[in-house]
Amino acid sequence: MAKPAQKDLLASPAEIEQYYREMLFIRRFEEKCNLAYRQGKAGGYLHVCIGEEPLAVGWLNSIRKGYDYVITSYRDHGQALTLGSDPLAVMCEIMGRSGGLSRGKGGSMHIYDVEKGFYGGWGIVGGHTPLGLGLAFAAKYRGEDRVTICYLGDGAANAGVFFECLNMAGLWDLPIIYIIENNEFAMGTRIEYHAADTELWKRGVPFGIKSERLDSMDVLTVKRDAERIIDYVRKEQKPYLVEAMTYRFMGHGAADNDQSLYRTQEEVEKARARDPIKLLEDLIRKNNLLSDETIEAIQAETEEAAERIYEEADKSPAPDPSEVYDRVYSDMRPEEGH
Amino acid sequence: MPTVEMTYRDAIRQCLIAEMERDDNVFVMGEDVGRYQGTFRVTAGMFQKYGNQRVLDTPITEPGIVGMATGAAMVGLRPVVEMMTMSFSILALDQIINHTAKVHYMTNGQAKVPLVIRGPGGAANQLSAQHSQSLEGWYAHVPGLKVVAPATPACAVGMLRTAIRDDNPVIFTENPGLYGIKGPVDDDPDFTVPFGKARVAREGKDISLIAYSRMVHVSLAAAEHLAQEGIDAEVIDVRSLLPLDIESIYASVRKTHRAVVVYEDWKSGGFGAEIAARIGRECFDALDAPVGRVGGLNVPMPYSRPLELLCIPAEADVIAEVKRIG
Repeated sequence: MAKPAQKDLLASPAEIEQYYREMLFIRRFEEKCNLAYRQGKAGGYLHVCIGEEPLAVGWLNSIRKGYDYVITSYRDHGQALTLGSDPLAVMCEIMGRSGGLSRGKGGSMHIYDVEKGFYGGWGIVGGHTPLGLGLAFAAKYRGEDRVTICYLGDGAANAGVFFECLNMAGLWDLPIIYIIENNEFAMGTRIEYHAADTELWKRGVPFGIKSERLDSMDVLTVKRDAERIIDYVRKEQKPYLVEAMTYRFMGHGAADNDQSLYRTQEEVEKARARDPIKLLEDLIRKNNLLSDETIEAIQAETEEAAERIYEEADKSPAPDPSEVYDRVYSDMRPEEGH
Repeated sequence: MPTVEMTYRDAIRQCLIAEMERDDNVFVMGEDVGRYQGTFRVTAGMFQKYGNQRVLDTPITEPGIVGMATGAAMVGLRPVVEMMTMSFSILALDQIINHTAKVHYMTNGQAKVPLVIRGPGGAANQLSAQHSQSLEGWYAHVPGLKVVAPATPACAVGMLRTAIRDDNPVIFTENPGLYGIKGPVDDDPDFTVPFGKARVAREGKDISLIAYSRMVHVSLAAAEHLAQEGIDAEVIDVRSLLPLDIESIYASVRKTHRAVVVYEDWKSGGFGAEIAARIGRECFDALDAPVGRVGGLNVPMPYSRPLELLCIPAEADVIAEVKRIG
């Protein structure tokens, strides 16, 4: 029998259980993504957010889902799943199948679910940051109180176009939150080798943007901070910049097969001591929020769900060859043939 | 419908205003488009009329401008971005090609990008190497974009209206040498010129001169000269590069049996080469001579006026090529 939540917990037991389930599901789902890659069922580039789940779960449970806009880089599975995209359609997209959200035209790096307010899913580092600004501009132009969340990596924080965006966001008071996911590596280059100032939160300061650095391994503090910042941006109609301190447990992408080139196993093990799922599970056990049996049941359910999705996605057929010309334009087809 | 005489520049402005009146989602943004009234004065008076939300002065940051406009278009606004010159759009190529052009396809139609990027492209008068380039061929290479290059005030109005109402990204290129030319413009507020329809600018039976933008006028002048020598040239104004009305071009060539393609862009690898290649492939049996090409010299544009004039195709170059192919 679970005890009532202690007063100093930052969320209700039901919320805590929800975040636990969601983070665990993302983890299991992405392990299946990596499996799909190893088995040749997913190709190209595939980047998982293992270790960074609170950035999706903490932040996107704080927005008005389907109303607020969300956009991110190629490390995009966690956001789609948290926003409520059909996980089967996400997995199908990752496998390039007709059941995918873009019927196999996007792939892992280009997950979009516009009905859920999710605008991707972009592969040019930093290149999506002005798109996010445009989403925020449109909301302001129409007098709506939508907030835009735009994630980017620590590598993207050096892109010229991102500085252009910070200038425009500050200049025009656009309601956008830029979240720099500082996982310490731009692909295989450690932050001290790519950033003149490794305190990336300072990037917003010269542009008059409220900016702060936040620990992002504890989903409950992420959620608390996210609510506060989203509320500020929505009410004040001003931009915000967050440097979210996180860590990438896996390689840059599924094709990153020699992490010894840029970090030691000891470093990874040390970071894993603060695995966000483990942190939350410890909190649940310590406070008796869920029984051991319930935790085990959630783990089993999550594993089974991921397995089922993987198998179902693998049954989805490849898109028909005739679809190759579809949706290049909204109203015409390009010239056909080689 | 009655027509009114106006310049190419005014035609564009009138169309922008009419479309902004018609649809609140249409807005103009770019460098110096507002308070400064636009470098070529295309947006003159519009800031005073619409204010800084709908005539938005931007920082000089082309990638940010185009990216922001693309994002806004993805959720239903209809931005018209002015490039101070198309040469500056090179800074925004990552946005235009890697992002804007691919939204509809990568989302499999979940999002559209009703965006127009317009501005002067091509040589003006001694603007030298970084401000005189014709880039429409680059853009016409990219699936997902539409690319147009109107030659007359009427086409400018009709095609800009089509561009603004189109749900796809459109590159709308205006040769700076055209801003001052006058012509009749249909004053129907819904007058449009569809994309993918070439225009016969001059009928003729002996040779087809195939051109777009300012080169249509150069070709017309050449045709007048050739007429005096008994050569009756037809001038086809391509006006829409992507989609391309290749059938109208073929029809003209099958009638005249000769073709010269005229374009201001660098000759090598320019869009005229694409047209020439297609004519050669599809009209081989109808041709009485090789397909001719007149393009800009393959050099960065020099500043000195006599050197600059050497680089830009002129009437004499067209006439010479017509005679060269025989």
